[in-house]
Order: sequence, then C-alpha cells, then structure tokens
Amino acid sequence: MQAETSMAHQNGATRNLRAMGRSFLTAAWLGWQIESNWTDPFLFAIYSVVKPVSGAAILVVMYGIISGGDFDSPLFAYIFLGNAFYIYVGSVMTGVSWAVLDDREHYKTLKYIFIAPIHAPSYLMGRGVARFLTGTISVIVTIAAGMLFLNLQLDLRAVDWPLFFAALGMGVIMLANLGLLLAGVTLTIANHVWFVGDTVAGALYLFSGAIFPLDVLPVWLRPLGFAMPLTYWLELLRRSLVGDVAQAFPTLAGLSNAQLFAILIGLSLLFGILAFAIYRWCEHAARERGLIDMVTNY
Amino acid sequence: MERPADFARPYSPRLFFQTVIARAYPRIIGTQREKSWLFFDVFLPMLAVSAYVFVYRAIGAPETYIGFVVMGGAMTAFWMNILWSMSSQLYWEKEQGNLALYIIAPNSLMAILLGMAFGGLVATTLRAFAIVLFGSLLFKVQFAVTSFLALFGTFTLTMVALYGMGMMFSSLFLLLNREAWHLANLAQEPIYLLSGFYFPLRSLGFWVAASSSLIPLALGMDAMRQLVFLEGPSFGFLNVGIELAILGALSVIFLIGARYLLAYMERLAIREGRLTDSRR
Repeated sequence: MQAETSMAHQNGATRNLRAMGRSFLTAAWLGWQIESNWTDPFLFAIYSVVKPVSGAAILVVMYGIISGGDFDSPLFAYIFLGNAFYIYVGSVMTGVSWAVLDDREHYKTLKYIFIAPIHAPSYLMGRGVARFLTGTISVIVTIAAGMLFLNLQLDLRAVDWPLFFAALGMGVIMLANLGLLLAGVTLTIANHVWFVGDTVAGALYLFSGAIFPLDVLPVWLRPLGFAMPLTYWLELLRRSLVGDVAQAFPTLAGLSNAQLFAILIGLSLLFGILAFAIYRWCEHAARERGLIDMVTNY
Repeated sequence: MERPADFARPYSPRLFFQTVIARAYPRIIGTQREKSWLFFDVFLPMLAVSAYVFVYRAIGAPETYIGFVVMGGAMTAFWMNILWSMSSQLYWEKEQGNLALYIIAPNSLMAILLGMAFGGLVATTLRAFAIVLFGSLLFKVQFAVTSFLALFGTFTLTMVALYGMGMMFSSLFLLLNREAWHLANLAQEPIYLLSGFYFPLRSLGFWVAASSSLIPLALGMDAMRQLVFLEGPSFGFLNVGIELAILGALSVIFLIGARYLLAYMERLAIREGRLTDSRR
C-alpha cells in the first residue's frame, strides 16, 4: 500500500515536471514568434540593436563632453558595462511580466491559457525567453561597440569566464523571478499595468548602482541599493570582465568575489521565494475576483 | 485632379470646433480622473532624470548640466505623448473599433486630430510643469529667464511644430499597421539621443545636430535652454532667432503634411475598405 502511494506521488511529480517543461518550451516558441514575426529578419535585427545602443550612446555623449573624451577612465568602464548589462533587466524581467499584458489586453487569450492544463509560472517564464535572446544580442552588440569605437578596456583573454557565466546565469534566474512577481501584480490590476514594469525597471536603474557608484546617492537612499540583488550582480559582472577597474570604486571594494556571490545567491533565493509566494497569492486573488480577463477599458 | 476626401465632407465651422472640443475633453478631463496615471506620468520621467543627474554628479559635471537634464526630462513627457497618444492613436482607435466610426461620422478627421493634439498638449504641460518643479526643487536648479515672453513664444512654436508632426505621424503609423507599436517603441532612446534631451544639442557636432533639427524638440529645447539658463547661450547650437524661424517652417510643413496624409488615409479606407480591420 505504502509502495503504491509512493509510486502515485512519483508519477504525479513526473507529470508536473513534464507539464512545466512543456509549458516553458511552448511559451518560449510562442514568445519568439510574437517578438519576431511582425517584420523581416533584417529589420528585426536593427530594431533589436538600435534601441539599446542609443541608450548607451546617450551616456557615452554625456560622459564624453564632461570628461573631454577620457574613455580610459575606470568610471567609463563602470558606467558603460553597468548600462549594457542592465539591458537584461528590461528584457528578462519586463519580458516575463509583459506576457500577462500581451495575452490579456492585446491577444485576449489569457483566460484560455489559465483554463488550459499548463503550469502558468513556467508559461510566463517561457514567454520571457525570446526577450532574453534579443537582450543578449543587444548586450553583445553594445559591448562590442564600446570595445571597437570607445576604447572600452576589456581584454577578452583576461576575463574571468567561469565567474562571468556563473554570475550571468544566477542573474538571469533572479530577473526571471522578479518578472514573475511583477506578472502576479499585473494580474491583479487592470488600470495601471502599463507602468508596473517601467516603474520597477526605472527604480532599479537608479538604486542598483548600474550607471554610477552607490556613493553618489544620498546617504538615506543607499540602503535601498544594498538590499537589491542587482547591485551585487552588476558588480560581479564588472569584476569578471574588467577586474581591477571595477574594484577601484569604494562602494563594494571591501567584499571579495566569493562574498559578493554568496550575497547574490542569498538575496536571489529570498526574492525568488517572495516572488513565487506573491505570484501564487496574486493569481488566486485574480481568479477569485474575476480579473483574469479584465482589460484596461473594462 | 482628385480632391482630398476630407473636402467632400459637409464643412461647418461650428461642427469643426465642437469636434475639437469633444476630442480634447477626454484628454484634459478624463486623464485627470485617474490620479495614478498622473502620478506615474510624473514619477517615471523623474526616475530617469534622477539617474542622469547622478551620472553627471559622478563625473563632476557643472551644475548647468543638471538643469539641462531636468528640462530634458520634462520634455520627454511631450515626446511620449506624441508617440503613444498622437502617432499611435489612430492605430489604437482601430484596434478598439472606433476608427470606422470616426470615418463614417460627418465631422472632420482633421478636427479629431486637432482635438487630440490640443487635449494632449494641455494634459502633458501639467505633467511637464510638475517634473520641472520637482526636479528643480530636488536638485536645486537655478533658472535665469531673460524674457518670459520669448520663452512662452518659443515653447508655443515648438509645441505647434511637435504636435503637427504627431498629427502627420498618426496617419503614417496607421498605414504601418502592426509595425506601429514597434516603431513607437523604437523611437524613444534614439530620439532622446539625437534631440539632445540630456546634453546640449551642439555636442553632437554640426551635421548631426542639423539633421536632428527636423525633430522640433531638438531646436525647441536648445532655444529654451538658451533662454532659461545663465550659461545657456554658450551651449546653444544656433541663434534663438534662427531656431524659431526653422520651427515656424517645420510647423507649416507638418500641418500641411498631416492634412494630406489624413486625406490619403481616408481615401484608402473608403476605396479598399480594409483599413479599419483590426489585424493582430
């Protein structure tokens, strides 16, 4: 009897895993179709690159006119790399939460998705994959432009690749979890959803030390930056790519790479648990209150 | 010569102005009802303004640049309004099923666009003013306005040219169909860059700045910066008078362009009967 119960549980777990994998892969394919099928590949490639490169160029011009073109300074590498990797925040985090908006407001399919036998969080995470891919292209192009035209001091032979990929992977998972949290919040509100992703991404841009060291912030705002996993993620990425340059700034200089990574894992876990709990609560509330198919113009 | 379809409509000045007011009403009154929109419209540009201000402070820029950023942040509200509430508006109306009603109604489509522009301008000016106010207080920006009349005139002319361009783009975006959303999304950071939202326009070099002058906000902002900041004239791209003359010419070109593109779009809608179809 006990063996039968254990087997039933195992079968149930296998079925759940299969549903999660199926939902994720199908959503990833669907997301890619939605992102790319509105135009030809050439125009899509331009579209994916022009926006982030322009964002980086604004900072380059700002920095160039004040510093008189001193692109060798460590501060330039700090600003440029922080801004380049921040592209992932907009693409992964907002990509996951935007799926709710897209399916509910634009395609009006969210109600069908929620009654289908899928794993909804995996589906939403899968929808973020396409944005992750286009974001990756943008990050690579932005950094390549920095190296080729702006004397960005990045020696590919000196890069700590294991640290880089470990930090990048951890960061993408953390951003996807934050995206799930936002997706949950988006499910429960019908009138303010357009602002949710932009507001969170904008606030994180300001408080995570993405484009300036946290020391520049007023003292009372700095704790916000230290509480964000993004702060440690961006610092690890900078250190893995340009090592000493990133360590030249006092904000996190006292922490070793291992300490930074431990903090990143700890905060990512905390935010991940929080994200799943909040998503579950929001999804339940949205179902109970009939908000799943309630569009902005209801 | 084929007359534009709009001339074929029964023209009545009274109906024209009624239409302008009717379309402006939801923009001015309706958008104020949702207080959270007002908050986010001010709060979001403030986040970007703060980030750029801290970058300037990190690299030790003179305080004049902080003022430039605050003004640029305020002007983003107008550009966002042009992109999402003017250029893309007819596309949204089509998606929601209103466009067919606009076309079969006896009122002028130009009046509808003018109403949208007027309403959007009033509502966005309130938001831009709030951004300038909060930004100035937060970052202690010093203004030295030499002539309020010249400043008001420059702002008005910039807005006429800008909303004229928005009216022209609304027909263009509608013809682009599904790509309209992507185009509006794309036309943010590149325009912030080319128009010098966060730095003096002339930093881009003469020829790039001259090409950017086709975007009314580029010259408008440059002229206004020269008029409101003590050191503004030393950062100016062209003389304020020349910039105003170019803005005047752009206003005329964009408004005429809007009139003809709208007529073209309407002819297409009537002839092909497909323009008002919502295609996803």
